[in-house]
Amino acid sequence: MNSVQLESEDGVPLAVALSERVHWVGALDPNLRTFDIILKTANGTSYNAYVVRGSEGVAVIDTVKEGFANDFFARLESVADYAEIKVIVLNHLEPDHTGALPELMKRAPQAQLFISQKAQSMLKGLLKQDELSFTPVVTGDKVSLGDRSLEFLHTPYLHWPDTQCTYAPEEAMLFSGDVFGCHFCDNRLYNDKVGDFRFSFEYYYAHIMRPFKEYVVRALELIEPLPLKLIAPTHGPILRDRPQHYIQRYRQLSSPALHNELRPNQKTLLIFYISSYGNTRRMAEAIYQGAMQIEDVRVSLYDLEGGEVAPFVDLIEEADGLVLGTPTINGDAVKPIWDLLSSLAVVNLKNKLGGVFGSYGWTGEGVRLVEDRLRGLKLRVPIQGLRVKLIPTDDEIHECKAFGLELAQELTGARESRVINFADL
Amino acid sequence: MAKATITFEDINVTVTVPAGTRVIEVSEKVGSGITYGCREGDCGTCIMKVTGGWNNLTEPSVLEDKILRENMAGKHNRLACQAQVLGGEISLKPV
Repeated sequence: MNSVQLESEDGVPLAVALSERVHWVGALDPNLRTFDIILKTANGTSYNAYVVRGSEGVAVIDTVKEGFANDFFARLESVADYAEIKVIVLNHLEPDHTGALPELMKRAPQAQLFISQKAQSMLKGLLKQDELSFTPVVTGDKVSLGDRSLEFLHTPYLHWPDTQCTYAPEEAMLFSGDVFGCHFCDNRLYNDKVGDFRFSFEYYYAHIMRPFKEYVVRALELIEPLPLKLIAPTHGPILRDRPQHYIQRYRQLSSPALHNELRPNQKTLLIFYISSYGNTRRMAEAIYQGAMQIEDVRVSLYDLEGGEVAPFVDLIEEADGLVLGTPTINGDAVKPIWDLLSSLAVVNLKNKLGGVFGSYGWTGEGVRLVEDRLRGLKLRVPIQGLRVKLIPTDDEIHECKAFGLELAQELTGARESRVINFADL
Repeated sequence: MAKATITFEDINVTVTVPAGTRVIEVSEKVGSGITYGCREGDCGTCIMKVTGGWNNLTEPSVLEDKILRENMAGKHNRLACQAQVLGGEISLKPV
């Protein structure tokens, strides 16, 4: 028998026991097809919430999306009285997990609310209540339920600043929030019973966790040492069969792939360009030659016209520097450049080196617009972009080579120290 | 007008600025690795480390202190979008 009983015979939602003391009290949303604008799901999702019962009280960990509150409360009522609830934990404040919180706080006003240190101002923004009582927690903080307890792990930016995980040591269970989750709806609940959700797991990581790889790695440092029988995420299957497998997969997905191909201290600089009459292309080639003078920089040159965006995004994710060449057409950079730039939200670009260049006919706004965009994407753009009117002269080609050299020196830290007057910036 | 200098240690650049300048007005233009989100003291993205001349910056406001605390910022950290230069020499870098 593969099914899990989620309702009574007369259709009343029931909690599902994960152990004698821990229950799933979430809700299924099989009709959802688009989540948060950016994610597709072919069979919906689940909003997983949990109840932990100790000898001295009950904890509710996360809630559900507002429209599914009735299922949540019915399941909660099937295993606990509101008066027993001593603790409410929010691992993540996104509305799909806090939709039932205001009503839960009304029904269990005595419960103490635990949120992460970084969640404080977000909670106020979400609930619009000034007189809200809560306890901010960080790694090492604990709360006792008598013979069961909860320990908090500070795991920010997975995938909001507020995210945390909660560990129940006596149960060896990790309530991981969105970490290790996926949008996959299956009423068999457990990873060893549901259909094939591997694609959903990978897809969720790629869109939700990938921009925050450095924080994933920090979170794994806290999670990997824990004895674990089960991981209970807020979306998708409950991971009771080989939970360590999913932790290892996160470790693999968060480790740089290019690392082993580079010499120690070698930096990577990618130059992408697109050109209508070959002028921006000539600039790109000269910048490429200039940058190659620095031995510790691995320089690559790509024509955007000859590639798909996705593999370029993969390259950019692991590069140290990104240089873009665009002509100006009708007062703007061209669409393939913007298409690439609008696809970079899934990777972390913070502190990468950025640079822009391009040929133009009469106004040349494209270069400045792309520079601003790179700054908006949190790259640093220390060297003003290079613009050439129509066909580059020999002198301008030399300037391009010098620009490339300067960018490569900036990457290796070889640029000399400078003193600048603010008025000259 | 009183002058001051800000040294961005991550890129080895020193900028001479008029008193009253905010760090945010300078750091992006010179390409320091300090990054910005909301730009109005609310998100904590631009937390920086002040390595010298702490007292040559304006005192953090109550709101800036709150954001620094919520983000578990260290003792020598400030928000680059809020800190204003008073005078003298200041050194800083991204966290």
